Formats: sequence, C-alpha cells, structure tokens
Amino acid sequence: MNAILFVEQTLNGLQFGVTLFLMAAGLTLVFGIMNMVNLAHGAMYMVGAYLAVAATQWTGSYLAGVLLALVGTLLVGVVTEVVALRTLYERDHLDQVLATFGLILFFNELVAIIWGRAALFSDLPQALSGHIELVTNLRYPVYRLMIIIVGLLVALLLWYVVTRTRLGMLIRAGASNRTMVSALGINIRLLYTIVFGFGAALAGLAGVMAGPIYAVQPGMGELILIQVFVVIVIGGIGSIRGALAGAIIVGMVDTMGRAFLKPALGALISPTAAEAAGPALASMLIYLLMAVVLALRPEGLFPARGH
Amino acid sequence: MVRNPVRLFSAALLATSLVAAPAFGADTVKIGFITTLSGPAGIIGKDMRQSVELALEHLGGKMGGIPVEVIFGDDQFKPDVGKQVADEMLKKHKVDFVSGIIWSNVMLAVAPTVTAAGTMMIGTNAGPHQLAGEMCSERFFTTSWQNDSTPEAMGQHLQDLGLNDVYLIAPNYAAGKDMLTGFKRKFKGRIAAEVYTKLGQQDYQAELSQLRAKNPKAVFVFLPGGMGIQFLKQYSQAGLRGQYPLYSVYTVDELSLPAVRHAALGQFETRYWSPDLDNAANKKYVGDYKKKYGKLPSFYGAQSYDGMMLIDSAVRAVKGNLKDQKGMIAAMRKANYASTRGKYSYNVNHFPIQNYYLLKAVAGPGGAGDVPVMQIQKAVFKAHKDSYYTKCKMKW
Repeated sequence: MNAILFVEQTLNGLQFGVTLFLMAAGLTLVFGIMNMVNLAHGAMYMVGAYLAVAATQWTGSYLAGVLLALVGTLLVGVVTEVVALRTLYERDHLDQVLATFGLILFFNELVAIIWGRAALFSDLPQALSGHIELVTNLRYPVYRLMIIIVGLLVALLLWYVVTRTRLGMLIRAGASNRTMVSALGINIRLLYTIVFGFGAALAGLAGVMAGPIYAVQPGMGELILIQVFVVIVIGGIGSIRGALAGAIIVGMVDTMGRAFLKPALGALISPTAAEAAGPALASMLIYLLMAVVLALRPEGLFPARGH
Repeated sequence: MVRNPVRLFSAALLATSLVAAPAFGADTVKIGFITTLSGPAGIIGKDMRQSVELALEHLGGKMGGIPVEVIFGDDQFKPDVGKQVADEMLKKHKVDFVSGIIWSNVMLAVAPTVTAAGTMMIGTNAGPHQLAGEMCSERFFTTSWQNDSTPEAMGQHLQDLGLNDVYLIAPNYAAGKDMLTGFKRKFKGRIAAEVYTKLGQQDYQAELSQLRAKNPKAVFVFLPGGMGIQFLKQYSQAGLRGQYPLYSVYTVDELSLPAVRHAALGQFETRYWSPDLDNAANKKYVGDYKKKYGKLPSFYGAQSYDGMMLIDSAVRAVKGNLKDQKGMIAAMRKANYASTRGKYSYNVNHFPIQNYYLLKAVAGPGGAGDVPVMQIQKAVFKAHKDSYYTKCKMKW
C-alpha cells in the first residue's frame, strides 16, 4: 500500500460520498421537515439520469442536456408532490411507504415504456472523458474530479441556503415546529412543495452525474436508495450536516473496504480465506457500520435539533 | 414474466403447411427461449432474440414442415427468476425445447430443472464446467462452448508471447471462476493479482486504482455485457489504455463496441466465432442480420441462431415426431446443420469440439471515427476439446 494509492482511493471514496450526499440531502429534508417517508426519491435520481441522456441527445450539447434534466426533474418532483404526496402528510408512515413504493413501480414502468428495458450508456463530452495528472503518477479521471467539485459546491450552497437565508430559516422552523410556523401565517404547503421540488432536483443532479458511471436503466434508483437510507440513519434523520458526514463516511468505508479489506485480512488470516471473505465482507461493511451507529447513537451522529 | 409470444405462422404459412402436414406428430414446435431482456445485460438478450427471429425467418417459420412458436422469457439476470420462467415454460406452455440462457449461475438453476422434467435443453451461451463434467445430461446440448475453453485460448496466447505479471479481473460468480481457472490452465507465467468483483458492478474506479498500484505487465479481464462497457470506458478515462495492454474474453464484442468505440481499438480477444469468419452460413447470417437490424450481430446471436438450426436438424431427422427424443438426440450429436462457425462436432458431453481464434478490434470500414470491428488474426486452438469431458459418464 503506498501513499498515491491511498490518496487515489480517498478521492474515489469522496466521489462516491458526494453522489450519496446529493441524494441524502433531499431525502433527509423531506423526512425531517414533512415527516414523510419517501421511497420514491430513487425514482427522481433515475428520472434525472434518463432526462439527461434524452436531453443531451436532443440538444446535442452536454451542458444544455444537464440543465434541462435538472429543470425537468424539479418539475417532475413538484408535480409528484402536488398530485400524489400532498394527501399523505397526515397519514401514518406505513401508508406513505405503500404509496411511495407504488410511485417507484409507476416511474420504473414509465421509463421502461418510453426508453425500453435495456440500459442506456451515455457518453461524455471529449473535454471530460480524459484524465489529468494531479501530482506525479497520480492520474485521475477529469469527470470524477468534476463530480467531487460539484458535490462539494452544492453542499456549500445548501449550507448557505439553510443557515443564511429566509427560506432556510423557514425550513429549519418547519422542521422544529410545523404548527407554529403555519400559525405565524407561513404557507407551509407551498414550503413543502418547494422543499420537495428541490430535493427531487438534487436527486436528479446525482442521477445526471452518475449516468455516465453507472448504466442508465429502470430500477437504478433503488440500487442506490438503500445506501442513501444507510447514510441518513448514520448521519441523523433531518440533518443536512448529518447527511454530508454520513455520505462521506459511507462513501469512504465502502471504497476503502473494496480496496484494502482483502489485503488487510490476508495479513491476519490465510490468503485463501481472505480471498473468499474479503469481497463478501466489503459489501457488508456499511451495514455493519449502520448497526454499530444504531446501537451506540440511535439518533445518528449529527441529529437535527428540535426533535 | 413471459412476454410477447412470437407467433411466426401467418395465415398463408398455415395454409401451405396444411398441405404438407406430416402424417403424425405435433402441430407446432414450441420453443421456450430464456434470456436476459431487462437491465444492462438486456442488450445481450436483444441480440439473441433478434437472431432467433432471423433464424425462424430463414427457416420459413417451420421446422421439418411444422410451424414453430417461440416463447421468450426474461430471467432478469437472476437464477431464481430463470428457474420460475423455466417452470412456467414447462408446465403452462408445455414447450418441446428450452433454449437460451446467458449466465452460468442461471444455467445451473435452469438446465437440471428442464432435463429432469424430460424436456430437451439447448444452451446458447453459458457453459458452466459442472454441465460439461459430472452433471452432463443426454437431454442437454449447447451450441456455444465450455466456459474455460475461450480463456484457455487467451492463456495459451499470452504464454506464447512469454508475458509475466498479468493482472486478472473477473466477476465473482460461477463463470468468473471458470474463466480464470481456464486462463491459468494454459498460462504458466507470474500472476500479479487475481481480483473478483461484484457481479453486475458498474463502477470500477477502486479496482483500477489498485491495478495501477500493482503496475502489472498486462491485464486480462472477463467482464461480459454492461460490465465490460463500463470497465473499458473507465479504463480509458483513467489513462490506463496504452499503459497496460489489455487482453479479454467476452468483454469486447459487437454489442460493446458501438458504446465503447475507440476505447477498444487494438484490443485482443479470443473466441470461437467472428463476424468475418468465412463460410456460407455465416455470410448469410451476418449479411441478413445487418440488413434487418442495421448492425453487426455478436457471438451471442450466432450461438442462438445456431441453436434454432440445431433444433431444426433434429426435428427434421425425426420427421416432426417430437415424441422420438432418442432420435432427436442421435440427430443432434451429428451437428448436421450449417453452423455459423463452420463444421464442428460434438464431444461425449454434448459440448462442441471447435476452433478458437485470436481476434483484434480494428478500425471499422468508415475509418477512425467508425465503430471498430473484430478481425480474426489466427487460430490459437484447432478442434479444441474442453477440459471436463472425461468427467462426463455419458455413453453414446
């Protein structure tokens, strides 16, 4: 194990982490503020990825495709909230789980009808498909570096919006005491729609960026959604800070586990046993971590205040 | 999950077949074709399905004068779903043959189910070593290969080149293990590392970082379908192409080339078939496929096309009497049909004895910007037998 490899794997972990964060931010806000379990969040990720592929093909420009996809996912999110989810806020969590599970099936079938069941493979513009040498011998794909930068910028922007703006104040107030906020004359329904829409757009952004790395296919959202739930459980439900910390931790643990667990085990037990146990244990690692966090701090590492 | 039963007999065909109907036997030949039609592997299933449809078109919708009905089933890349679909084919549709299957883990669930039910199974891709060895069955035939054979050819090629420090990557499932076992059977040089990834994995960045740290002399991978497309793109994005020569099996093919394009140029593969293989049956298949679907078929398609032709040869041999299974087995053992790979014969375990070639991805006819095409360089093995047939106790 050398330093360059370690730095490179750290970047890989960070890149996976920020993708998870974009998903987790929207999910944790919806959960924390609206007290709504939204399983259909993964569907927004998928919608973002599909819209980006379609819009890029349609306009012929990657940037225009990405922007159209973000606006499109925002609209899909707003429409979903107004049409389907509004009626569910007063219901209990089981009803919400059932209804949003129905939305997953709906969106998966919808994209399968429009784009077919086979996966789409999207291409990157020439400028992003290469790699750069960060320091000697450390070459890193440009696209993955861009994901890290975009993810961190979005985190910064979210922090600013939530802590420094009036909208953020309302969001925090809504999370702490919803009845009081509406008693003060704030249109809480509109606030919910806005939060849900932007949550969907963030998930869409994650989908747009993940598209060229993963295959764009029906059901792609569910594959990542489970990991996102792990993130918000570890980070603390309803907390943006927790989502960021949880996402980076999960991203790192998963990547490092895949990279270093087998050699590390090989030093402890026999290489053949490590050969078999390493990959299996690596894919379990984040769930083990979640179990440990739940046992020691059931509220998560950074619980939202006011709950 | 059986969708779109393709009824390939029009009224006109039916009318003509009434005239030529055989004295006894079934009124339709029912074939259940199971493959993966959804997800990233769906591109493989589509190619197989289109080739089956083309084969039926070439056969005029009939085998031995009897109209053919093919029912397509989607295994969703899951052994349990594959087994359920096979059960449905057997019990509900009462098919005469089950065919298809891309994945070895699915095949190991489906083939014993089908043969135990007394129905014939014609595999058109997966060749797990169990089915070539102790689990061989007289009702099971394959038009493809035993998993180990193709990587054996690549292992032999790298051995002949005298390479050392080769880095191996394969998915962690039945065929992944077979492929690396086959490679190591013929390659005796040093192995830098042997890495098993999750089946269906899409992101290989962590593995690529490990690879670079090991600084191998060459890389050998088996990553079929969508896995290969993602791997090759990421290999290129990470700047590894050109740094470490990449050799592969079932990774660069006519399905991945349109998606990967220049990221595959110069890539070596071994395989028993190639679109440029020079024989009449192959020219007809490749030419008509290209005309109908606007692109080149892959070996998955060629095997599936051959599968239909093999069944046709058996149905014709027993003059449409599908109850005469002994007669059909005897006919299939002769491999008496125009295969897209040219003439081949069957080993005792019903796996082909055939040639394996070294292929290279070269620029397509349209030049550098065009989709690359595979080109045969030389034959690595002639009339190669798989490594497990001695474990098969079947007597002919």
